[in-house]
Formats: sequence, structure tokens, C-alpha cells
Amino acid sequence: MASEAKSNVIDPLVDNNPITLQVLGICSALAVTTNMMSSLIMCIALTTVCAFSGMFISAIRKHIPSNIRIIVQMTIIASLVIIVDQVLKAYAYEASKQLSVFVGLIITNCIVLGRAEAYAMKNPPMLSFLDGIGNGLGYSLILMGVAFFRELLGAGKLFGHQVIPVANEGGWYVPNGLMLLPPSAFFVIGLMIWAIRTWKKEQVEKPDYQIHQVHRTEVL
Amino acid sequence: MEHYLSLFVRSIFVENLALAFFLGMCTFLAVSKKIETALGLGIAVILVQTITVPANNLIYQYLLKDGALAWAGLPEVDLSFLGLISYIGVIAAMVQILEMAMDKYVPALYNALGIFLPLITVNCAILGGTLFMVERDYNLAESAVYGVGSGFGWALAITAIAGIREKLKYSDVPDGLQGLGITFITAGLMALGFMAFSGIQL
Repeated sequence: MASEAKSNVIDPLVDNNPITLQVLGICSALAVTTNMMSSLIMCIALTTVCAFSGMFISAIRKHIPSNIRIIVQMTIIASLVIIVDQVLKAYAYEASKQLSVFVGLIITNCIVLGRAEAYAMKNPPMLSFLDGIGNGLGYSLILMGVAFFRELLGAGKLFGHQVIPVANEGGWYVPNGLMLLPPSAFFVIGLMIWAIRTWKKEQVEKPDYQIHQVHRTEVL
Repeated sequence: MEHYLSLFVRSIFVENLALAFFLGMCTFLAVSKKIETALGLGIAVILVQTITVPANNLIYQYLLKDGALAWAGLPEVDLSFLGLISYIGVIAAMVQILEMAMDKYVPALYNALGIFLPLITVNCAILGGTLFMVERDYNLAESAVYGVGSGFGWALAITAIAGIREKLKYSDVPDGLQGLGITFITAGLMALGFMAFSGIQL
């Protein structure tokens, strides 16, 4: 029990990361990462929704008829997202404007539904809660990593504070404007996947088409 | 007319849902290994998007918006906080209805798209299209044009990346980048290409 709870939180961080291995929840991971503040808010929102939806769905899992389970799960998730959205609008209006539609899109974030379907439907509430926290943290780890590089290289800032003096304010760093534009998010995540898979070799995918090693003798 | 044409072109190229807003990325990366399947999914998205965006527009205009219930004698009611749950409900219901209608009247198309239709409920491009429609306050005609355009843009993007990936599998990719990694880089390069459209005004 205790060890399962621990592995539920630790595993999704690197070994079974929702973004880089399970390919879930990528939409928002790319869109909100232009600065660290908005990605932090997004991470907290997603982790909360993921943890509580896991808990609630798991609590009523034995009463959900299996042919309408998706719509039941959706309703629970949508209600939680509405709460998060309203709280953000009340206490962090600026941030909620900046995140625009992406808070609402937590509903269709595949991490939340994916974990509800794959884990919460089969396991008790407490473990599902921890599983939600773990996957939320795995998502947050990648998100904050991407946001760190994009904000640092794109504007020379971290959390809105200038850390590298920028050239047009008399410093030495010429900001790379590309990092603030959409395509860079793809590159940064692509390179992160490369780094993780170089470290954790077992995550490497098999190529669909094997290119043969040609030896000199075969050619001759 | 010019306004609608401009909106249409903008929603396909400049504000491409997949490559400029990263919506529907999960399916975009997962179902883009073959051109045929990508095309099938693309057509399904166009269909659903064309129906759900105007449908949600009606719901927003006449039920949820601040003061929208004036026709029922309730001018002070603001139900906009119920937005998210109603939109996703409409989308789920629409997909289900579309599935049943297609099964009855166009079984050939149903068999071709069959597996993709349920997937579309959880595709963020669909919900995203609706949320953008609400945020930008489109009217019914504009939202119909936006629905078709954004669906078309998404279909275009997924078909294009599927084409690239079909060729890509013959290339010698470093081990760590194999599969998901190289797909991300490819999508990034495509997004760069699509950025060239930004600033185009009709």
C-alpha cells in the first residue's frame, strides 16, 4: 500500500511521464509556456483537477454504468474545471485572461481523462488521488522546464524578473524572439524528449523501418 | 462578404488550430502515421466542427450570455459560468447523434470514419474552436464560417504532417529522437512554415 502510493507519485515524474512517454496533454503544454508565471498557474490548476477528478471518479466507480462512463467522467471533470476557472477569475483575473481558453481546455486534456479511465476506474480513491498528483507533477515538470528555457532565452526573464540584462536596455544579451513564438515550443519539447531518452534508454521507440548496415563485403 | 472570406482564410492559415494554438495535439501526434487515417480524421473534425461551433453559438447567445434570458423574462440572469459544461455536453451529444445519423444514412462514410468519431469528443480542437468563438464574440454567421475554416485548417495540418511522417520513416533518425521526438521537431518546422502566413489580410 505504502509503496504503491509512493510509486504513484514518483513514477510519472520521469519513468512514465505523461507528456514525453504517454503522449498525453500536449496541447496546453505548448501553448501556455511563453512565461513561467502562467505555466505555474496552469500546472497548479491541472494538478488540482487531475487529483480531485481521480478521487471523485474512483469514489463512485462501482456505481457508474460502463456504457455511459465517459459522459459521467466528463461531467465530474467539467464541474471541477468550472470551479478552478471561477476561482482564477475571482483571485487572479490578469492570469486568467492570459491563459484565455486554455483553462477551459483542461476538460479535454487527455491526462485527466486518461488517468480517470486507466487508473481511477480500477483503484480506491486515495491511491487515485495520489496518482493524479503524480501525473500532475510529471506534467508540471515538463511544463516548467519548457517555460524556463522559453522565457529565459526569449526575454531574458524568469517569473517576470530580468535575470539577463537585455541588449536594448544596455545589457549584453540579444533576446531570441523565436523562443516566444509557437514553433519553439515544439523544438524545446522535442529536444527534452531526446535528452530524457538518452538518459533512460528503455524509452527509445523501435524504428518502423530498419535501415540495414551495409558491409563492404556485401557491396563487393 | 469580404469580411467572411477574410475570417475563413485567417482561420485556416494564420490562426491554424493545430500549428498556431496547439489544439488537438494529442490526436495530431498519435494518429498521423498514415495519410489515409489522417485524412479520415480530418474530415470527421471538419464535420463536427461545422456543426458544433454554430450550435454552441446559439446556446451561448440565447441561453448563457449575460442577459441572454431576457426573452424568457429573466433579464438579470447570467449563466455564463455554466459555459464549459454545456459546450462539452453539446459536443458529446452532437458526436453521438452524428454517429447514429451516419450509420443510418451513409453507412459507407460511417465505416470509414467509425473509429475516429468517438475520439473527437475529447479532441481539444473542437472545444477550443467553441471557446475561441465565445471569447471573440462571433455572431451566428461568423461562427459558422469560423467552424468550417478552423476544422479545415486542422485537417490540412494533420494530413500534411502524415505525409511528412510517411517519408520520414525511411530516414536515419538518432535513437533518442526516434518516433515522438522527431515528430515534435517536424511539427515545429511546419509551424514555422505556417508563420509565414501571419499578417496576411484580405
